[in-house]
Amino acid sequence: MKVTVDQDKCVASGQCVVAAMEVFDQRDEDGIVVLLTPEPPAEQAEDVRHAAAVCPALAIEIQD
Amino acid sequence: MTSTVNPVDERAARAPEFPMARAAGCPFDPPPGLRGMQQEGPLAKVRLWDGSTPWLVTGYADQRTLLGDPRVSADINRPGYPRQAPMPPGGTGVSFILKDDPEHARLRRMVTAPFAIKRVEAMRPGVQKIVDDLIDELLAGPNPVDLVEAFALPVPSLVICQLLGVPYADHDFFQENSKVIINRNVTPEQRSAAHGNLIGYLDDLMGEKIAHPVDDLLSGLAGRVTAGELARDEAAQMGVLLLIAGHETTANMIALGTLALFEHPDQLALLRETDDPKLISSAVEELLRYLHITHSGRRRVAVADIEIGGEVIRAGEGLILANDIANRDPDVFAEPDRLDLRRDARRHVAFGFGVHQCLGQPLARMELQVVYNTLYRRIPTLRPATELERIPFKHDGSVYGVYELPVTW
Repeated sequence: MKVTVDQDKCVASGQCVVAAMEVFDQRDEDGIVVLLTPEPPAEQAEDVRHAAAVCPALAIEIQD
Repeated sequence: MTSTVNPVDERAARAPEFPMARAAGCPFDPPPGLRGMQQEGPLAKVRLWDGSTPWLVTGYADQRTLLGDPRVSADINRPGYPRQAPMPPGGTGVSFILKDDPEHARLRRMVTAPFAIKRVEAMRPGVQKIVDDLIDELLAGPNPVDLVEAFALPVPSLVICQLLGVPYADHDFFQENSKVIINRNVTPEQRSAAHGNLIGYLDDLMGEKIAHPVDDLLSGLAGRVTAGELARDEAAQMGVLLLIAGHETTANMIALGTLALFEHPDQLALLRETDDPKLISSAVEELLRYLHITHSGRRRVAVADIEIGGEVIRAGEGLILANDIANRDPDVFAEPDRLDLRRDARRHVAFGFGVHQCLGQPLARMELQVVYNTLYRRIPTLRPATELERIPFKHDGSVYGVYELPVTW
């Protein structure tokens, strides 16, 4: 699994962080998404998929 | 001579009034009329207070698609925008939730930092103390008592005041004015006056923060005013938005959620007996889905033709995306009318979807987790002090809830 994020689209809802804390973080100054783990291990795949599904700005893309 | 009737016009002619009434005795369920529309198809027409007939979108998937579509505008000043109420004389000024990108994004990003997950988590112990102190006062005070006045409203008001840097001592003033603003049945003049009161108040406060900045959200905005990045009236406008949104919604979730749990004793017992953060978090999501306290729908206007389910929404036509019925969409949530705190309800659209999704949602979630995990455990005998039929519901507001909830223990 490969993950990419679009920081320009991000609206800082933080839901990706709640869903998958090892993979996503937020910038201190404005809460915009920071990708910690571009190739997360299989055991995090479900959480990452959930993060992409709940992102209101559709800023998370996943390639299997 | 025969004339052909445009099917869309014909549908508009028989469009039902919106908002619709809930069924008697079902205070937690969306209006039955909405359910009928959801079963009929993806798009329906409704008639608003001004005679306009925007599209009503009832399906969960369609709402998420449209709320993420750049051809859909949130700009209240565009012709065709389905307004909730008449425009007050002279207007009220518009905050970023009623603007489109890039202006929306520019303003929103100025206030996102305090709502980041880690910052919100750092506030949790402080919120726990607020909740515990209020419960101490509740237990020491009169019994029965109105839970709205004694608990549901003070919790989020104290929290948002602390975050913004608004003196809580002024809460009677801003709560009275914000009640008027979100009530659909007041005159445009009354709404304008209430809004003017709050703008004046926030503008004075902004002046203080510009002169003496401290570590709070309004001081952060004051810094941007000083730096020339933000107009002072925009800063006051944002302050009003955050102050109202920060207490009205969560207060109603606390009181209405408690009433819903009283009506579902098995579910209340789950919360009373657990300290599992996962169950508490899932309970909060399920109550947000089930109660959908924002029940006037997300309002938008199409800026280009959009095809959906074989129909075409024309540029300039209004759209209402009814999140209450979307949260009861049986294609997404099995047995949607059942309150089930154990289900995975995280995909609900109680906070909306798209770039305008609620900015304060991490704070709201954390407050509700603390409240639902504390109130029923600390007062295990908490119960209603009157019958359901006697409880006054906010059918007339843009935020749904109860005006009063008498409780005893």
